Amino acid sequence: MLKIDELKVSYGGIEAVKGITFEVPERQIVTLIGANGAGKSTTLRTIAGLVKPASGRIHLQGEDITGLSPDKIVSRGITLVPEGRRVFPDLTVLENLKIGAYLRSDSLEDDLKWVYDLFPRLQERSWQAAGTLSGGEQQMLAVGRALMSRPKIIMMDEPSLGLAPIVVKGIFDIIREINKQGVTVLLIEQNANMALHTADLGYVLETGKITLTGPGKELLVNEDVKKAYLGS
Amino acid sequence: MIPEKNKKSAAVPMIAALVLLLAVVLLENVSLLLPQGSVPSVLLPTSQLFSVLKKGAVYSLAAVSMNLLNGFTGLFSLGQAGFMLLGAYTYAILSVPIAERAAVYYLYGGSAVNFSFQDMFGAVFGTEGVGGAISMGLGVVVAMVLAGCVAAVFAYFIGLPVLRLKSDYLAIATLGFAEILKAVFQWQALGPVTNGANMIKSFPTFSSFNLTDASGKVTLRLSTFFPFLVAIVCIAIICMLINSSYGRAFKAIREDEIAAEAMGINLAKHKMLSFCTSAFFAGVSGALFAMFVNNAQAKVYTTTMTYEILLIVVIGGIGSISGSCIATFLYVACSEWWLRFLDNEVVLANGTKLPFLRSGFRMVVFSVVIMIVVLFFRKGIMGDRELTDLFAKKSKKGKEAVQ
Repeated sequence: MLKIDELKVSYGGIEAVKGITFEVPERQIVTLIGANGAGKSTTLRTIAGLVKPASGRIHLQGEDITGLSPDKIVSRGITLVPEGRRVFPDLTVLENLKIGAYLRSDSLEDDLKWVYDLFPRLQERSWQAAGTLSGGEQQMLAVGRALMSRPKIIMMDEPSLGLAPIVVKGIFDIIREINKQGVTVLLIEQNANMALHTADLGYVLETGKITLTGPGKELLVNEDVKKAYLGS
Repeated sequence: MIPEKNKKSAAVPMIAALVLLLAVVLLENVSLLLPQGSVPSVLLPTSQLFSVLKKGAVYSLAAVSMNLLNGFTGLFSLGQAGFMLLGAYTYAILSVPIAERAAVYYLYGGSAVNFSFQDMFGAVFGTEGVGGAISMGLGVVVAMVLAGCVAAVFAYFIGLPVLRLKSDYLAIATLGFAEILKAVFQWQALGPVTNGANMIKSFPTFSSFNLTDASGKVTLRLSTFFPFLVAIVCIAIICMLINSSYGRAFKAIREDEIAAEAMGINLAKHKMLSFCTSAFFAGVSGALFAMFVNNAQAKVYTTTMTYEILLIVVIGGIGSISGSCIATFLYVACSEWWLRFLDNEVVLANGTKLPFLRSGFRMVVFSVVIMIVVLFFRKGIMGDRELTDLFAKKSKKGKEAVQ
């Protein structure tokens, strides 16, 4: 569904992503794992159009979307849940959700219901300022906001960042649930254990290159991965 | 299903605006209704009260337009006086009647622009009586809309390079733009259009809207009503913009540019939209200001004016329309009226002068008042709430108490 081809990205002369090629098949959960500075976030930001690639191609369902502006990419069905949640703190939960659907002009009723069914907590809080939510609730809101654009692919940048383990488990349950309902998920995580347990397909990224590929369950038992990311 | 609590009905603010307009008309016509001699001095047409109300209406529009940009979109721009200058001059140049042009531009041997909307509409509706009033009114409104458009077009071209900047840099760039404009408009070579460093005058002002009978006696005062009407209409339009999906996008940009971009909001487009809209209404308020002071003169539109408006926005609450309006009237009344007595020397019966009271002391006290406000009301009078929110909360509390 999403194909990344020899993607290279540089920040002011430093090459953060050094030519990676990978694929996100439809209706699967795909994860990129790797240490700090491996280039995971940069890859997602490039796919979302927030960063322009130095070279390489990105195809969505056969269409070349390399270098398009972020609003064009969102309207083609790729949405990013940015790192650190980044909800709009002074706006209400409902306003946050409506902004997620900014590019759509059709009725939002069904999607609001969908998001509220996934996250009943958000409905309770819909008139509260997003900045007053707990970390876990903010992450739910960030995911809900992204879902409001009706994405084909939802990309999540470290959804477990700074959350308590029990909350992280809840977030991953939701990711599986979203995937079951037909949304393709591209996930990057430092919490490799959790991510690989959830993912259908995993890629290991090291200093800007992909070093290992395989189904999540296989990578979990891979000796190198264990040593480097799972701490056992 | 989905609770639509704050479904803001437009009826309440509209009724409030109508009541306010009616009150203004009543207030300024009391002196005509009451028998002569029995009118309290504060209600006489020459009273400071009306001057404060007029200036307040003009400044509240300027403040709300600045709030749209600085408060709702989070773009810290200090070009307000520049856009007001553009509006004031556009209005003035297009409104001086042709018959007056030679006198106004006498230093340059007449004006290069031999056209005025008043004369143009005069040719259609006539220049006397009701026809004259219609052509004057239409001329003023059309010139005012154009004043806003000119400011918006300038904003577009300035915005192309400047909106790439952020925070302080944007403020400095827009401040510089306003200063450059001020200098350009006083340039001798542009004299036949801008009248150089001299003022343009003799165009229709607020008092032109007073209705008079054949002998020239005023029968109905509308000179305070008119700026209120324009300000209310413009502020209503800004409110509608803010409550639309565009307004939500503006707020999203203010809160977090990266997240807004990731949600598919085109940053450049929305920033430009906000910048030009703000400039448009600043231009209209500039035209109103020219009408208020009866002239257009570039040296009036200083950085100080921008700071005054910024101060009003901060005192009222960044991101609150009603806050800006309330703060404007408080600010104007304090600086022009209520603290006036501090400027007069007071000599007691035994011949001792009260200390401190002398010309200029008003501004000292005023500054202290503002410091106190800024220290104790960090978020301004209203924070980012609106009057309607306060009422909504009160009525909700009332309901809960009943249950």
